[in-house]
Amino acid sequence: MTGFIVKRFAQAIFVVIAVSLIVAVAIRMTGDPALMIAQGATNITQADLDRIREGLGLNQPFLVQYLDSLRGLVTWDLGNSFVGGTPVNLLVDKALPATLSLAFASMFVSIAVSIPLGIRAAVARGRGSDQLIRIFSLLGLSFPNFWLATMLVLLFSITLKWLPPSGMSGFASFIMPAVTMGVILTATNVRLVRTTMLDTLNSQYIMVARAKGLSERKVLYKHALRNCAIPLITYFGLQFGGLLGGIVVIERVFNWPGMGTLAFDAVAARDYPVLQSVIMILALLIVGINLLVDIAYGIVDPRIRTK
Amino acid sequence: MAFAAPPRLHRFASLEFVLGFLLLGGVVFCVVFSAWLFAPPGQISLSSRLVMPFQDAAHLFGTDALGRDVLARVAVGGWVSLKVGFFSVIGSVVFGVVMGLVSGYYRGIWDVIVMRCADIQLALPFILLAITFVAILGGSLTNTIILLIVSQWVQYARLVRGSVLTLREREFILSARAIGVKNGAIILRHILPNLMGPVVVLMTLNVANNILLESSLTFLGLGVDPTIPSWGGMLAEGRTYLQTAWWISVFPGLAILCTVLGLNLLGDWLRDLLDPTGRTNR
Repeated sequence: MTGFIVKRFAQAIFVVIAVSLIVAVAIRMTGDPALMIAQGATNITQADLDRIREGLGLNQPFLVQYLDSLRGLVTWDLGNSFVGGTPVNLLVDKALPATLSLAFASMFVSIAVSIPLGIRAAVARGRGSDQLIRIFSLLGLSFPNFWLATMLVLLFSITLKWLPPSGMSGFASFIMPAVTMGVILTATNVRLVRTTMLDTLNSQYIMVARAKGLSERKVLYKHALRNCAIPLITYFGLQFGGLLGGIVVIERVFNWPGMGTLAFDAVAARDYPVLQSVIMILALLIVGINLLVDIAYGIVDPRIRTK
Repeated sequence: MAFAAPPRLHRFASLEFVLGFLLLGGVVFCVVFSAWLFAPPGQISLSSRLVMPFQDAAHLFGTDALGRDVLARVAVGGWVSLKVGFFSVIGSVVFGVVMGLVSGYYRGIWDVIVMRCADIQLALPFILLAITFVAILGGSLTNTIILLIVSQWVQYARLVRGSVLTLREREFILSARAIGVKNGAIILRHILPNLMGPVVVLMTLNVANNILLESSLTFLGLGVDPTIPSWGGMLAEGRTYLQTAWWISVFPGLAILCTVLGLNLLGDWLRDLLDPTGRTNR
């Protein structure tokens, strides 16, 4: 077990280092930040540029700068934004909770819908409602998420005026973004629940539970669902990366004050300290969650360790 | 027993195939023959700006803020999606399959490279990768395709590697090796044909997914040039007029939905047909 955990940790650390190197090299390829900062100002001298470089630590060798940026992630000192000089950690402190709360809301919507539907599809395998659910799942997979979001805004904000079209202000503002992401996630999750459930329903203890005369509801939701829980939680956990990627796009449509909005504004303004931090923090989150899920799975199901 | 597997039929003309074929075929037809079927998409006519759809036979889907015909622009805009979908998938298949074959057959350092690339790809969602690289290289059709290849080839490499690992221990491969067939010939003649089924299925679904990714990139202003008509670009423009002219945002999105749904239906049908064991099942 220890060997398994150590190995997974080593893999995770490798990925973090690789991703951070890719991002650091990529950001440096974009040009000299000192020139970008100086862009607006008139009569900039070479001495001014050197001073800006020194202030940003850009006169240091690449390796020192790189290690500094890693240390910054640990000590939560992420440097200052090029635009307005706000410390990046303050920006992230506001944006990260907004993105994460939306991620959990979407997860919640998707799990609440896909578990009953997936179970229904598994029970009705091959029959009408299974086909219907399958068609809806395919339809959900085919929706561009940002377009679905736009259509919801068109219907519920502009036409019916029920929900706020943008921003994060209270419960009502969560509904459309969470439903958009929820629909897209549900399309995949229904299939996962259905497949996992089919495996479980074929096992003997389900037959025994039925033979005991338990109600179908109890058989499905108590006996079968519990045994599906471990693989399902793993799938849901591993979805987190894709979910964050999707939310980054959706934030644009709803003007959600999250990491995606922060990243896009940073791209537009060539605000590289912000961009680098956003990407690194999201990647760290995803690697961390994947690691936790894997280790948890390894603890619960010893077979996985030897894989 | 209630849950016994029903016998699997090879359904050549299932509902999925017919629907998928009609949707995708319809879109491809309109896009390919757009020059003959519809008005010139770039024609600006300030006298007929923001015409409602289904009011004027000349502008069935209405017009945009510059008086350009939405239907014509949707049809022409499809080129971008079809090109991106096609070339990005061809690129990732070629690279991914070669890497998968090499890593699965020879193992060693190639195997390590492919598996670690897979780890990295899992940790970096496509959009984040795209943001980083567009910030450096700028957005364009070619860059979008390259970006998609860079982020998608690993899927093929993993799929192929997995199949090769089991195939290489099978008896027909061992016997081919025993009679002295060269490695290259074994890979090309005996291994490759045996794994084309799942690869083709993945390709179909991948075209669909890449079209979705390209349109979101372009929508965000990170994809193809906004002056070229494209579905994502039109949707980004339409956002400004959402209050007054819903049709600019509705029709390009419907076009994406039809294309992607068509591809997904065909992919599902192909999966049942070629890969009944469900290895590529999502």
